[in-house]
Amino acid sequence: MTALWLAVLLSSAACFALKLAGHLLPRHWLAEPRVARTAALVTVALLAALVAVQTATDGGRLVLDARVPALAVAAVALALRAPFVVVVVLAAATAAGLRVLGMA
Amino acid sequence: MSPPDVLTAARRQAVSVSLATGLYGVSFGALSVTSGLDVAQTMALSLLLFSGGSQFALIGVLGAGGAVGAAVASAALLGARNALYGAQLAPLLALPASRLVPAAQLTIDESTAVATAQPDRTAARVGFWWTGAGVFVLWNLFTLVGALAGDRLGDPRTYGLDAAAAAAFLALVWPRLGGPQGRTARLVAAAAVLVALATTPVVPAGVPVLLAAAVAILVGVLSPALPAVPVPGADDPGADDAAPPGTTGADGPADRPDHRRSAP
Repeated sequence: MTALWLAVLLSSAACFALKLAGHLLPRHWLAEPRVARTAALVTVALLAALVAVQTATDGGRLVLDARVPALAVAAVALALRAPFVVVVVLAAATAAGLRVLGMA
Repeated sequence: MSPPDVLTAARRQAVSVSLATGLYGVSFGALSVTSGLDVAQTMALSLLLFSGGSQFALIGVLGAGGAVGAAVASAALLGARNALYGAQLAPLLALPASRLVPAAQLTIDESTAVATAQPDRTAARVGFWWTGAGVFVLWNLFTLVGALAGDRLGDPRTYGLDAAAAAAFLALVWPRLGGPQGRTARLVAAAAVLVALATTPVVPAGVPVLLAAAVAILVGVLSPALPAVPVPGADDPGADDAAPPGTTGADGPADRPDHRRSAP
């Protein structure tokens, strides 16, 4: 089995187990406020870190290129409550357009 | 028993949420194949993993050259919130044991948001199943469209797809940062960005994201009682009039979900 298939199947199994555990575990285990708060913060931290890594790194180096203005356009679209698809397309179009104009 | 118009409202909400969420399966499909996965692996993720944030995280870490362990850990950590959704849904839906496996697979941001916004158990069940099944079908359909289209593209940077991935993560985190309850979330997000960028040059790919998660765990476990972070729901303009405030079911969670954009 290739490494990619291993990653796909292991992550699928882990995520299904988590979903099922929520339905099966005694409710008070997960109703503990500290657990709920920590899970919510972990989600925020992971997503924020992924934004940073996808925007400003390339192969283990910090890089500032057309992705940065594209992310700014996405943030404006989100502030204006644009739907998800519009946000993603605007960011892609911004980066693609800037690269046509010669930006890295 | 719910009056028919309550159930109609739940179904209408489910359909609009499914359409909005399903559509951006296109961006997942295209980004996944340009990250190096093939069409079959991409479809396996949408069918089996079926949790947008975890799917984007997995391909993000793998695409950046991260190890399998780091990629799986990122996906699983992001999937941990689905366990909390399951714990909210179990008493609300009160499903027979025979339905637990499909219900577990369909336990995502959107189905939880629609189910918990309904005024009673019957409507909550309708909202949960219609949203879960609707998103599942459309998310997979549009993932396939995106994967097939992405397969034909050359360098993803030409089309700005690398920036699209960053924007996708920003759109996923955005609804979790708003409002007075989002203050802790905003501080943790800022710390996560700093940790991820500062450690990127010195640790292997995929690890900076996990270090950022460790910061959140420390804050969550060590800090004194902080206001709960709201559960984001789906992007659905019709949701607010369909479910007036204060109409959660008797067993429902105290906090109403926030109806904004998010991944399945």
